Amino acid sequence: MSIELKNIVKRFGAFSALNNVDLTIADGELLALLGPSGSGKTTLLRIIAGLDWPDSGSVSFDGENALARGAGERQVGFVFQHYALFRHMTVFENVAFGLRVQPRAIRKDEASIRARVKELLDLVQLDWLADRYPSQLSGGQRQRIALARALATEPRILLLDEPFGALDAKVRKELRRWLRSLHEEIHVTSVFVTHDQEEALEVANRVVVMDKGRIEQIGKPGEVYDSPATAFVHGFIGESIVLPVDIQDGVIRLGGTPLNIAAECGAAGPSKLFVRRHDMQISPPGWGGLEGTVRRVRSFGPIQRADIALSDGQGETIIEIDAPRDRELRSGEVVGLQPRRYRIFADRT
Amino acid sequence: MSEAAFTIPLDRTDARTEPRWVRGLLIGLCGLFLTVFIVLPLTIVFAEALARGGQAYLAALTEPEALSAIKLTLTVAAISVGLNLVFGLIAAWAVAKFEFPGKTLLITLIDLPFSVSPVISGLVFVLLFGGQGFLGPWLQDNDIQLLFALPGIALATTFVTFPFVSRALIPLMQEQGTAEEEAALSLGASGLQTFFRVTLPNIKWGLLYGVLLCNARAMGEFGAVSVVSGHIRGETNTMPLLVEILYNEYQFVAAFAVASLLALLALITLVAKTILEGQLDEGRQAREH
Amino acid sequence: MKGGSGRRRTLPGFGLTMGLTLTWLSVIVLIPLAGLFLKSFELNFAQFLDIVISRRTLNALKISFGLAFLAALANLVMGSVIVWALVRYRFPGRRILDAIVDIPFALPTAVAGIALTTLFSQNGWLGAPLAELGVKVSFTPLGIFVAMVFIGIPFVVRTVQPVLIDLDPEIEEAAASLGASRWQTVWRVVLPSLLPALLTGFALAFARAVGEYGSVIFIAGNLPNVSEIAPLLIVIRLSEFRYADATAIAVVMLVVSFLVIFVINRLQRWARTQESAY
Repeated sequence: MSIELKNIVKRFGAFSALNNVDLTIADGELLALLGPSGSGKTTLLRIIAGLDWPDSGSVSFDGENALARGAGERQVGFVFQHYALFRHMTVFENVAFGLRVQPRAIRKDEASIRARVKELLDLVQLDWLADRYPSQLSGGQRQRIALARALATEPRILLLDEPFGALDAKVRKELRRWLRSLHEEIHVTSVFVTHDQEEALEVANRVVVMDKGRIEQIGKPGEVYDSPATAFVHGFIGESIVLPVDIQDGVIRLGGTPLNIAAECGAAGPSKLFVRRHDMQISPPGWGGLEGTVRRVRSFGPIQRADIALSDGQGETIIEIDAPRDRELRSGEVVGLQPRRYRIFADRT
Repeated sequence: MSEAAFTIPLDRTDARTEPRWVRGLLIGLCGLFLTVFIVLPLTIVFAEALARGGQAYLAALTEPEALSAIKLTLTVAAISVGLNLVFGLIAAWAVAKFEFPGKTLLITLIDLPFSVSPVISGLVFVLLFGGQGFLGPWLQDNDIQLLFALPGIALATTFVTFPFVSRALIPLMQEQGTAEEEAALSLGASGLQTFFRVTLPNIKWGLLYGVLLCNARAMGEFGAVSVVSGHIRGETNTMPLLVEILYNEYQFVAAFAVASLLALLALITLVAKTILEGQLDEGRQAREH
Repeated sequence: MKGGSGRRRTLPGFGLTMGLTLTWLSVIVLIPLAGLFLKSFELNFAQFLDIVISRRTLNALKISFGLAFLAALANLVMGSVIVWALVRYRFPGRRILDAIVDIPFALPTAVAGIALTTLFSQNGWLGAPLAELGVKVSFTPLGIFVAMVFIGIPFVVRTVQPVLIDLDPEIEEAAASLGASRWQTVWRVVLPSLLPALLTGFALAFARAVGEYGSVIFIAGNLPNVSEIAPLLIVIRLSEFRYADATAIAVVMLVVSFLVIFVINRLQRWARTQESAY
C-alpha cells in the first residue's frame, strides 16, 4: 500500500501544526518521522490514521481518497505511544478485539479468531501471556501486545507513535532490532514517529526530518546524517559544533580571523559553520587557521574529548571536540584546529 | 481522480465524538433532568416564600419563634463545627502523617456516620441518654438534661457531621507528604511550631473546605435532630425543624421563608466551595511542578 | 518490617493524636452505635424476628430498600448521561449545570422535601400537568422515588465524573482504529473502564436513599404499608416509646449499610488494581 500526502495543513487554534506537507511513502517501506516535540510528526501520523483531520490537503492510499473514510475503515494498524491496551480485557481479548468488532457479514467464527490470535501471539513471542491482564505485563511486553493487536485485522499500513519512547534503554535496543526483523517478515508499509535520531537512523529505510510543521529533509539514514540539507537537520542529527562566521569574497572569517578553508560556492554574508565533533582535526598551531587553548581533557575508549577555548578575538567560545588518542592533549596547550569535513548554511536569524 | 473526491468531509473531526443527534439528545436530557430535579425545586422555595410579598416574608422571619430557631441553629453549628474542626485536624495528622496497621479500618470508622441514616444517628443518643436508655436513670438522678435540650441536639449534629473535616484533610495531607515537616524539625522547630507554621498554611484551603461542608450539614440537619430535639416550641426547634412545623400547620409562606434562608445558605456554600476547589487545584498543580 | 512502621517515627505527636482520635471517635461514634446493638440484645431472637417480619415493618423495609434500589438505578442511568454531557460536550450553561449538581448535597433535606412536595402537588408547577396525564406524584410511592432520585444524583455524577475526565483518550482511538463503531467503542471499552466508578456511585446513592428521611417524609404521604419508609417507622415507634421495635428496625438498616460500605470498599480496591502500574 502506498501513501500519498499532498499540501497537508493543520492548525490547532493559532498554532500551526502542519504547513503544506507533501510526502509519498512507497509500498513496503519502513519510514521514520523524526523531529523534536512540536514538529508536527505525531499530527501527521494521526492524519494518516484518520484520528485527526487536516484543515486542507489530500491523503490517498494507492491513489484512493482516504479522507472519505473514518479511522475504523482505513485498514490501518495504529500502535499508541502508551499502548492504550484495554485494561479490563486479557491479553488474548485485547488482540481479539479488532476481529470481534468486525461487521457480522465478514466476522470470523470463534475458532478462526482463536487461531488468528494464537498466531499473532506466537509472532510477538508472547503466547504464554494470553490470560494475563495488561497491568501484569512489563513495558516491553505491553508494547509487543499493542503491536499484535494492531496487526490482528491484517492492516494495509502499520503506524507507530513513539514506539519505544516509554521503555528503558536496554529493552529499547532489543525491540528495535525485533521491529526491523518483524518488518522484514511481514513487509507491511510502516511509518513510525520518533524524536530519537539513533532510533530513526537504525530502524528505518528512509527518514523524514521535520521541524515546526515542515519537512526539512527526506533521505536514507546515511544521507540525512552525512549530507544534511539544512542547518536544522545538521544541528538535530549527530553532535555538531556550530560557529557563527562571516563570508566575504570566498573567505570565511570567525570574528575577524580568516579560517583558511574553502567556502562552498555561492555562500556570502553572515553564516553558520557546522562541523561534527569528530571532524575537527588537531594540527600544530600557526597553520594559518583556527586556533585555541585546551582547557580540559577526558579520555575514554578510543577517543579523548576536549574543551577548547577558541581565540576568535572577541570574548571566549568553548567548543567540545572528539580526537583520536594517538596524541594525548594536555590542558593549557595551544593547538590548531582544522575542520576535515564541514557544512556552511546562511544565517537565517 | 477528480479534485472533488479529495474534499474533506465536514463532520469528521475526532474519533471520539458521537453523531450530532446523539450529542443533542444527551445535552437535552442532561438539561431537562437537572432543571426538573434541581432548578425548579430551588426556584419554588423562593417563589413560595415571596408569594405574599416582601413584607409577609420579613414578618415571617422576625417572628420570635423564627428568631429563636435561627439562634439555636447558629449555636448548634458553632459547637459541632468547632468540635469537628479540632478533631478533624488531630485525626488527619495521625492518619496522614504516619504509617500503622489498621489505617484503612480507622478511615472507614471515621466515615461511618455518612452511611448511617440520620434517624438512626438520633436514635442512638435516645437509647444512650433517654428515660429507658443506658445512662438515662443516672442522668435523671443527677438532674442533667441532655436529651430534648441543646446538648443532645449538638451531640447528634456532631455525630452526623463527624467525617467532614478529616475527610477533606486526609487525602490532601497524604499528597503533601512529610518532607516539609521533617525539614522544619531538622531546622530546630518544635512539634507545635512545625504544625502551625508549616502544616497549617499548607492545608488552609482544604481545612476551610471541610469546615464549609461541615457547617452546611450542621445547619441543615433534620432527621437526627428531629429525633433528639423533643420539638419544644421556641426552645429546641432548629430552623429545619421549624420549617417542618410551619409546613404541617399550613403556614406555607412562613415555612418557605425560613426554608429560603437555608436554601440561601446552600447556594452560598456552593459558590464558596467552587472557589475553594479552584484554590485547591492551584495548590495541587503548584506541587506537581 | 514493612514501610516505616519498624523505623523510629520522625514526626512527633503520633501517640497523642492517635490517642485523642480513638477516644473521640469512640465517644461520639462507636459507643453510641455499640449501644444500639447492645439494646437489640435485650430482645431474644424470636422477639427480634417478630418485630422485623411484622407486616408493617416488613412493608416499610420493602418500600425503603425497593424504592432506593430503583432510584439508584435511575441515578445510574441519568447520572451517566449527565456526566457524559458535562465532560464530553461544550454547550452554553454547562458550567452552571455542573455546579448545581451539588445542590442536593448542600440543600437541607427538609427544604428539599417541602420544595419537591409543592412542585409535584396536584396544583404544583409539575404536579398539575402530570395530574392531567393521570400521574399522581406527591403523597404516593412515586413521590418517595422522586425524592430519592433527587438526593442520589450527585453521588453518581461526582464519583464517575473524575474517572471519565481522566480516561485515556488513546483507548477510544485504539478501538476506533481497530474498526469498532462508536457504539461498540462506548459499550465495550468506555463503559467497562467506568464500571467500578459507576457501581460505587450506585452503591453510595442507594445507601443514602435507604436512610433518607427529611426529603422523603413530606412527599411520601406516609400511609402505613403503602408509602411509609423505614426511618419514619423508627420515629413513630420512638414516639410510642416502643424502643425495642425502633432498635430492631435500626439494626436491620445498619447491617445493610455496613454491607454496602464493605461492597464500596471492595469496589474501590478493584478500581485501584485496575489503575495500578499503568
